[in-house]
Amino acid sequence: MKTVARILLLDAQAHAEDSTTPARVLALPNDADPHAYAAEIAGAARVELHFPAFTDGRAYSQAYLVRRRLGFKGDLRATGEVLVDQLLPMERMGFSSAVLGAGIAVDEAQRQLERFGAFYQGDVVREAPFRESARGMAASD
Amino acid sequence: MYRYNEFDKAFVASRAAQFRDQIERWQDGTLSEDAFRPLRLQNGWYVQRHAPMLRVAVPYGELSSAQLRVLARIAREYDEPEAEVYRRALEAQRKLGTVRLPTHHAHFTTRTNVQFNWIPLSKAADVMDLLATADMHGIQTSGNCIRNISCDERAGVAPDEIADPRPFAEIMRQWTTLHPEFAFLPRKFKIAITGAKDDRAATDWHDVGLRLVHDAKGDLGFRVAAGGGMGRTPLIGVVLREYLPWRHIMNYVEAVVRVYNQFGRRDNKYKARIKILAKADGERFIDEVEEEFRQIVENDGGPHTIPQAEFDRMSAYFVVPSRAAACRAADPAAAATLQAIAKQTPPLQRWLERNVAPHKDPSMRIVTLSFKRPLQAPGDASANQLERVADLADRFSAGEARVTHTQNIVLPWVHADDLLPLWHAAVAVQLASANVRLLTDMISCPGGDFCALANARSLPIAQSIMERYQDLDELNDIGEIDLHISGCINSCGHHHSGHIGILGVDKDGEEWYQVTLGGADGSARSGDARPGKVIGRSFAAHEVTDAVDAMLRCYLALREQNGERRETFIETVRRVGLDPFKSAADAIRATAEDLA
Repeated sequence: MKTVARILLLDAQAHAEDSTTPARVLALPNDADPHAYAAEIAGAARVELHFPAFTDGRAYSQAYLVRRRLGFKGDLRATGEVLVDQLLPMERMGFSSAVLGAGIAVDEAQRQLERFGAFYQGDVVREAPFRESARGMAASD
Repeated sequence: MYRYNEFDKAFVASRAAQFRDQIERWQDGTLSEDAFRPLRLQNGWYVQRHAPMLRVAVPYGELSSAQLRVLARIAREYDEPEAEVYRRALEAQRKLGTVRLPTHHAHFTTRTNVQFNWIPLSKAADVMDLLATADMHGIQTSGNCIRNISCDERAGVAPDEIADPRPFAEIMRQWTTLHPEFAFLPRKFKIAITGAKDDRAATDWHDVGLRLVHDAKGDLGFRVAAGGGMGRTPLIGVVLREYLPWRHIMNYVEAVVRVYNQFGRRDNKYKARIKILAKADGERFIDEVEEEFRQIVENDGGPHTIPQAEFDRMSAYFVVPSRAAACRAADPAAAATLQAIAKQTPPLQRWLERNVAPHKDPSMRIVTLSFKRPLQAPGDASANQLERVADLADRFSAGEARVTHTQNIVLPWVHADDLLPLWHAAVAVQLASANVRLLTDMISCPGGDFCALANARSLPIAQSIMERYQDLDELNDIGEIDLHISGCINSCGHHHSGHIGILGVDKDGEEWYQVTLGGADGSARSGDARPGKVIGRSFAAHEVTDAVDAMLRCYLALREQNGERRETFIETVRRVGLDPFKSAADAIRATAEDLA
């Protein structure tokens, strides 16, 4: 299985001190259709997607569209109510960084990322195992 | 049946370990109540009226005898409340009139899952570990995610089958399980699939309903409907595609769920199901799904297109089990003996007529074990009964059983020569009620005896009707009829699709029941899926059985004979309309008032 870069976990301070030029950061509203922002996304260094509550899953679909549909290669960051148990699906949907809520320890969050060896279905960063093994055989030379 | 490989086993074990960790963090306060709730729900753990409830997933209804034995063990060893919890529960229910709350039981649900009502949360992690030993779990049996997929109870064995839906059901199970994009949808999401001509899976009542069909060239694909659902606003699914090549089914479902995840309402939980979006947006919804599907295939490279090899790999799990395949042709002498005994034994004769159905293999039969009998709630199974069902599955059905959405168990691989010993064995465990599809084969949710959402109790109504109609001749004379009971508008008892539907409502703290007439689940005998219509103001609990009885008398008086064939209840309702039934039911109400 190809190695995938892990999601970068930030606390609020690290997020605030981020050196990315503000003009190159695009914060998409939670109800925005990323297709409508294709040009801005293409020009951004970082796209931020917001979770108004951890139970509001719209940003996962936005992440799919930003990463897979629009091919965004920069930093895709999760903001808002980011809890440890949702980091794994965020990583799988192509988020490259996440701003942890107050009081969440980074090492505890890290631990939750190691829960599963693999998943059934393909996601934004990996193919489904049955597909990967089929392709791996073809590409192993 | 699908068999877990090392990957599946490791996956479910990881999930059980993750849940154990979440429980521990919740107990030590690291995980707040609000953060924990959706996690426990997505593992099948509710907090109900008196105690926690566990809902175990039974993917597309298939169970092995080994799994039945583990469910039996959970019922026996874990479905037991702490003494104080049980005392308080009984005290609360006695005030309503309930005197019995069974423990050490499992319950089959209308989504073909299995529920336990009394397992303490302190034992939750242990039970999940035990389930994992038999390749079971509670993943996505609750919460705002894609739920367990339901299927035709006769999948792979029905004579009217176009193609076996189970390979697709398994592909979909895997695709939906912990899908990272769809764990926090606006609301729950239910998929049903059938491969038969007769829709026994109520597909048009689902968020996504799938029926296998052939196109003009004979290629296999799906008719795709979306936006069906019960609850407060009962709606029938709209057809998005009359034909979609099977390879694309996951790409297409992903398009449907993505559009829903983005645009479904999140401001009002009663308007959050996809049916509301589909209805509000109409053609635009269909266009959006089609456009998203096109992009998934053309732009994203069709990440979920099913390769032939993957379909073949899945299909290999769903061949005729070797024990059934090795079976001999039906013995004409055994058939003659069975007929002769049945002639002398009316209960056996009735059972053969009602509970035994034809099989695609002429030497085999599909047999329904009825979980509708006096003194037990519809769909309830004691630990002992579960174990006996496991034995029956091993002895007579190649170790396989199916949970049906009408809360019974089907044995899919019964040899015609084995019907007599199977009947004797089923009688011995009270699972041979010869009432399949008759009035007493009713659907009922657990209602206000267990459920925290219920407005009224369902089980006493079910029991009252069950007791009133114990005469098999009378039941057969009334004929096939769907009676569905829900304790609240969430409609777990599918009252909307009942020919007669009963809905519990709360009026100033009292239990009342609204009666609907003319609903249909979409099966051939019921006609196209449609919600029933309310026949007037609610009935008091003690009036409900009389009202049902009055409507049945009305039917008996009005039904027409078409040659050899008598009109069924639902056919009479369609022909004459609701008014005669409404008047008949109202007459009962007047009598009750006069007596008061």
